[in-house]
Amino acid sequence: MPIDILMPALSPTMTEGNLAKWIKKEGDAVKAGDVLCEIETDKATMEVEAVEEGTLGKIIVAEGTQGVKVNEVIALLLEEGESADAAAKAPAPKAAPAPEAPKTEPAKAEAAPAPKPAAVDHGDRVFATPLARRMAEQAGVDLAGVKGTGPNGRIVKADIEAAAGKPKPAAAPVAAAEAPKAAPAAAAAPAAAVALTKERVVALAGNIPYTEIPNTSMRKVIAKRLTEAKQTVPHFYLTVECEIDQLLKIRAELNGRTEGLKISVNDFVIRASALALKKVPAANASWSDDVILQWSQADIAVAVAIDGGLITPIIKQAEGKGLATISSEMRDLGARAKAGKLKLEEFQGGTFSISNLGMFGIKEFSAVINPPHGAILAVGAGEQRPVVKNGALAIATVMSCTLSVDHRVVDGAVGAAFLKAFKGLIEDPLSMLL
Amino acid sequence: MAEQNFDLIVVGGGPGGYVAAIRAAQLKMNVALVEREHLGGICLNWGCIPTKALLRTSEINHLLHHLDAYGFKAENVSFDIAKIVDRSRKVANQLSGGVKHLLKKNKVTVFDGSAKLDGVAGGNRKIKVEKDGKPVADLTAKNVILATGARARQAPGMEGDGKLIWTYKDAMVPKELPKSLLVVGSGAIGIEFASFYHNLGVDVTVVEMMDRVLPVEDEEISAFAKKSFEKQGLKIRTSATVKDVKKAANSVTATIEAGGKTESITVDRVIVAIGIVGNVEGIGLEGTKIKVEKTHVVADGHLYTGEPGVYAIGDLVGPPWLAHKASHEGIIAVETIAGMKTHAMDVTNIPGCTYCMPQVASVGLTEAKAKAAGHEVKVGRFPYIGNGKAIAMGETEGLIKTVFDAKTGELLGAHMIGAEVTELIQGYVVAKNLETTEAQLMETIFAHPTLSEMMHESVLDAYGRAIHF
Repeated sequence: MPIDILMPALSPTMTEGNLAKWIKKEGDAVKAGDVLCEIETDKATMEVEAVEEGTLGKIIVAEGTQGVKVNEVIALLLEEGESADAAAKAPAPKAAPAPEAPKTEPAKAEAAPAPKPAAVDHGDRVFATPLARRMAEQAGVDLAGVKGTGPNGRIVKADIEAAAGKPKPAAAPVAAAEAPKAAPAAAAAPAAAVALTKERVVALAGNIPYTEIPNTSMRKVIAKRLTEAKQTVPHFYLTVECEIDQLLKIRAELNGRTEGLKISVNDFVIRASALALKKVPAANASWSDDVILQWSQADIAVAVAIDGGLITPIIKQAEGKGLATISSEMRDLGARAKAGKLKLEEFQGGTFSISNLGMFGIKEFSAVINPPHGAILAVGAGEQRPVVKNGALAIATVMSCTLSVDHRVVDGAVGAAFLKAFKGLIEDPLSMLL
Repeated sequence: MAEQNFDLIVVGGGPGGYVAAIRAAQLKMNVALVEREHLGGICLNWGCIPTKALLRTSEINHLLHHLDAYGFKAENVSFDIAKIVDRSRKVANQLSGGVKHLLKKNKVTVFDGSAKLDGVAGGNRKIKVEKDGKPVADLTAKNVILATGARARQAPGMEGDGKLIWTYKDAMVPKELPKSLLVVGSGAIGIEFASFYHNLGVDVTVVEMMDRVLPVEDEEISAFAKKSFEKQGLKIRTSATVKDVKKAANSVTATIEAGGKTESITVDRVIVAIGIVGNVEGIGLEGTKIKVEKTHVVADGHLYTGEPGVYAIGDLVGPPWLAHKASHEGIIAVETIAGMKTHAMDVTNIPGCTYCMPQVASVGLTEAKAKAAGHEVKVGRFPYIGNGKAIAMGETEGLIKTVFDAKTGELLGAHMIGAEVTELIQGYVVAKNLETTEAQLMETIFAHPTLSEMMHESVLDAYGRAIHF
């Protein structure tokens, strides 16, 4: 019997991924630990290793296939002595959609599930407890629109209470989110929301010519998370101007002193942020419906632009790290981010984020908060500007920094206190060398 | 002392702690367990298990004195209390040894001593282990589960002295059988001892402050139990308090006040079973964010205390104070630590069992509590006297009561008294946990002849459909 190689779940939340590349070809001998293929998940590309020995008999899911469900059979491994015939009986490989595939038919994704008889798929069956079913019927809630929180996603009593907008203390978070549209008829709301289909967008643009660029997993995650953030997090913005002449001088001195040391302005910004968060811990916090979580360490996520999107590797416990450490860690993370080789734990989490567009000449901007973080610092370019000092005009190198703040967690005064501490450190960089 | 690092440190080796440690080991954590006295905790060594051994012997004694009903005849039936106690201790020791083996099998490192939270270093919790005031080990781990349990609550003026006034521990290892006994408190522990001693022929009086025995149970069950106990010859004083105790050389005279009247009784021994207090002292809670309310640590539905990396489970936290609740909390805490999706503890799904005679078992809301929570209820009842198996067994005293939400058919609670109800209750617990309604319970086929048929009939009765009554 050939061994099924399944689409692995590379993180607890992963439900599907793209089969980026097959490293082994049909007929290749495979040892345990060999890299079989690469899989593109939400944010990173990961290698899938063989767990058993054999010959790669048949590739079921072709290179380039998107949205492969976790646990779907992606290939068959032949054990010693098995012929390729055994694999030949397997279903033909699913063709990868050609890049310029004519994608005019709607609901292509929905049509796909048909040719996988073996896959575990609940299909149209709704899993709900008897009590949940009866309560849904009585409350006029359509089970199809309810997300189950019970074992294996089963719909339980609490889910119906939440969907029906019945206030129950334990279920408050869900209930609160759903409450505004809790009119019985609105239960089917998800389907009613206007979907931004390609056709609709093309029509809105006036049916002009265009090129299609597929939405990568990363693109979908960016779209989803940032839309959610802008819609659910009450942002406000605080801007401060920092003079960085001193900082640039010290940076040049430090980098000149040690061979190979290349501390960037951004490394100073990371360190100053971490120290300022330590000084103003109220700014290092996240919102939850139960309590505000004030973090005991400053894990700073730094946005890095990569091909096709961006990723936010994290400098963990940055408050305890010196400039040299931050600099070398950041260089390593940045390089691996660009190569798509970051590990999950290196870019998931964090307590605060920094986005720096200074190198692109942006004077100042405001960034979208990356939940669950309570704030994000948008850093502009350092440039010479006229400033007034002691009543006289002077020239200084100035860098504008704008803090986007989640008002549920951090109020204006706290945000200002953080920026004051940050500015103090940036303008007196010796104080952050300690 | 060199620090030893673990993924998880469990403080306390009772049914909460040792289960948590094993679950964590299953999840590939490197686990340390610190126990100061005996693996298995109170449950195994001085609680659930040895008392069940004692109660079994007392049931046998009861049966031996009622052989006539079954056509037997035996004369000069007697027992040796030392042997009865010895058997109970052997049972406890066997199981404690079993826990030791299980922990070893799961590669849990066990430390003998008392543990104390000792601050944080490098993102890890520090734990100091001491034995008899001497340091044993310094441990560190990202997470700590506190499972230090509880101890008997002392009554002012009736502090246990090990001689005349007993706590549960003394009551489990009597050197000789008292002729008369006063039990203060009619919760599960008090009533079980009352039943045990009464069945061995001791003259037992129970004093309860509340207006009924087994006050956490459904009122109807409490009333049924009281009537049954009194029929057996137990003396029950409800809405009563012990005003004063005077100790003599080998007896105690207690003044009991009930309804404005006082009575004075003289007994050989007194058992005080008026509840428990959490073991919150000496474990380093000072200076942490951990809150203690009424001698118990405050934790959320996932057993998190609010202090980073510190969870608390079992008798140390809120009620009900039951071994199986502690074990389940241990699982929730460990799986939460492991980042798994866990469900918050729902106390209405925790069964409670009392092994007196007749046995009492329940799950969920009592009829009164269901009404107080705003439910319109449908109540079903079925008596043991209507059940073939019960009659065949000669166990015709008992009642099974079910409480449903009239609108949704949700099983809100089940309350049982009678033979073997402590085993039967699990049927309702499963049903409740799966959120079945009366419809699924009615559709379920119950084997005949069994006591469990009464569980079916009780559900049918709630909807006016009982067949056999």
